[in-house]
Amino acid sequence: MRQGIFYIKENIQIAPDMYEMALEGDIGAITKPGQFVNIALDGLYLRRPLSVHDVDAAAGVLRVIYKAVGRGTEVLAGMGAGETLDMLTGLGNGFDIHKAGANTLVIGGGAGAPPMYWTAKALRDSGRKVTAILGFNTAAEVILQQKFTDAGIPVVITTADGSQGTKGFVTAALAELPAPDYTFSCGPQPMLRAVYDALPNGGQFSFEERMGCGFGACMGCSCKTKYGTKRICKDGPVLEKEEIQW
Amino acid sequence: MVNLQTTLSGIVLDNPVIPASGTFGFGEEFARLYDLNILGSISVKGTTQEPRFGNPTPRIAECTAGLINSVGLQNPGVEKVVAEELPRLAAHFRKPVIANISGFSIEEYAACAARMDGADQVGIIEVNVSCPNVHGGGISFGTDPAAAAAVTKAVKAVTKKPVYIKLTPNVTDIVSIAKACEDAGADGLALINTLLGMRIDLKRKKPVIANKMGGFSGPAIFPVALRMVYQVYEAVQIPIIGMGGVSTADDVIEMMLAGAAAVQVGAANLVNPWACRDIIRDLPGQAEHYGIRSLSELIGGAH
Repeated sequence: MRQGIFYIKENIQIAPDMYEMALEGDIGAITKPGQFVNIALDGLYLRRPLSVHDVDAAAGVLRVIYKAVGRGTEVLAGMGAGETLDMLTGLGNGFDIHKAGANTLVIGGGAGAPPMYWTAKALRDSGRKVTAILGFNTAAEVILQQKFTDAGIPVVITTADGSQGTKGFVTAALAELPAPDYTFSCGPQPMLRAVYDALPNGGQFSFEERMGCGFGACMGCSCKTKYGTKRICKDGPVLEKEEIQW
Repeated sequence: MVNLQTTLSGIVLDNPVIPASGTFGFGEEFARLYDLNILGSISVKGTTQEPRFGNPTPRIAECTAGLINSVGLQNPGVEKVVAEELPRLAAHFRKPVIANISGFSIEEYAACAARMDGADQVGIIEVNVSCPNVHGGGISFGTDPAAAAAVTKAVKAVTKKPVYIKLTPNVTDIVSIAKACEDAGADGLALINTLLGMRIDLKRKKPVIANKMGGFSGPAIFPVALRMVYQVYEAVQIPIIGMGGVSTADDVIEMMLAGAAAVQVGAANLVNPWACRDIIRDLPGQAEHYGIRSLSELIGGAH
């Protein structure tokens, strides 16, 4: 974990209530896709955790994509290029892509889709075959389709109302694809559960919980696993399939 | 040169700054960030006789200048704390620590204290009779002078280490509880624990926290804490560890003027993991700024 001051390079709206922010600073502590940053905001006591969407190591730039749903993310949405943010970086365990097989699936649901982009690229760069399923409520909310395609990663879009792609939740698209030997998922808990139940093989699941500190000190985000109590912020947010206790 | 030293029951602290129980775990996360030996002491995670998962999540709610927590004394149990956590901490911290214990019965408090008595690292036993997050737990002992005195006596009977009782602010008259503990033989007092509070999620129209209510801490409660330390200092002779919203070197100085011999820093650690380091770094300069040569001479100076 490191603390650093980051410069906002851009902060653009990419869908209704969805924003993408590029930040320049010391990204040396960010080592794995699936990790998160914790952002201090003026007037708000607790930092706000956001998963890392992408990292450009050479440029020292990280990207986050967030939904403006509460006071913190609304403050963030109102910020612009040139402003600075105090962030803790390199938080959480992140995805361990080395456990994946040759035929890997990444699944992202809604605001859980952004971290799957860096994850998918890392898998691609490791020589694995990667396919993505991204699920949204409706066509207007669909993000990242072009980015995945541009990165050479086949992507299947699902929408709950059928307005784009396969109608239904992300699990509806599983039938269209060959069974993966390993899966990485991030999204709302019902989605994670459905994916967990639908897939016979191993995988890693990124969980969300309301956090206090984000680095393992306060025990605010503890969960029970088959291997004992874990802190979502520090021992997670990624849990392996075999340890998850619903 | 400003003298930062202070003393708690004969234990000399290099400075009065102590991370508060429940905001610092057993030090492991912070040992990666800075040298823990700069701290006056460490009050480690609240420990019960048996391991506890704690309360259901969500356990955290944000407030203006603070947060509510409802962790509920998650801890691995006193055996594991003494056998594993304290030795692990000893690798990073060579000074005496403050062991914070909780219980659901007077017997459990005594059992925890007896086990901690055998740990050389433990300099002070801090008895939490004030956790707002556990039903039938510590708070029932902390809101009644007779019950607080009974816990004090039971713990004193099983240990030779200094016993400090950690008091709740969720009472009508904290002074009467403080005096009852002193009369029962307490070596010192620690105050305040969190204030019982709650938030409601406007979208779900239900409490944010699964347990509905929790302990409110952070800078917002500093004036309440300061006032209670001031009141208790007037009524007792034993040393007071002051806490509640302390976030800066100036807060430490203010707490000591109110009557604290040492000061714990809690919520601030969660938003600035280097908070204690920063406060200790700033203390000499701020003391000098206010014309203070020795922090220990300040204690109770505002009376």
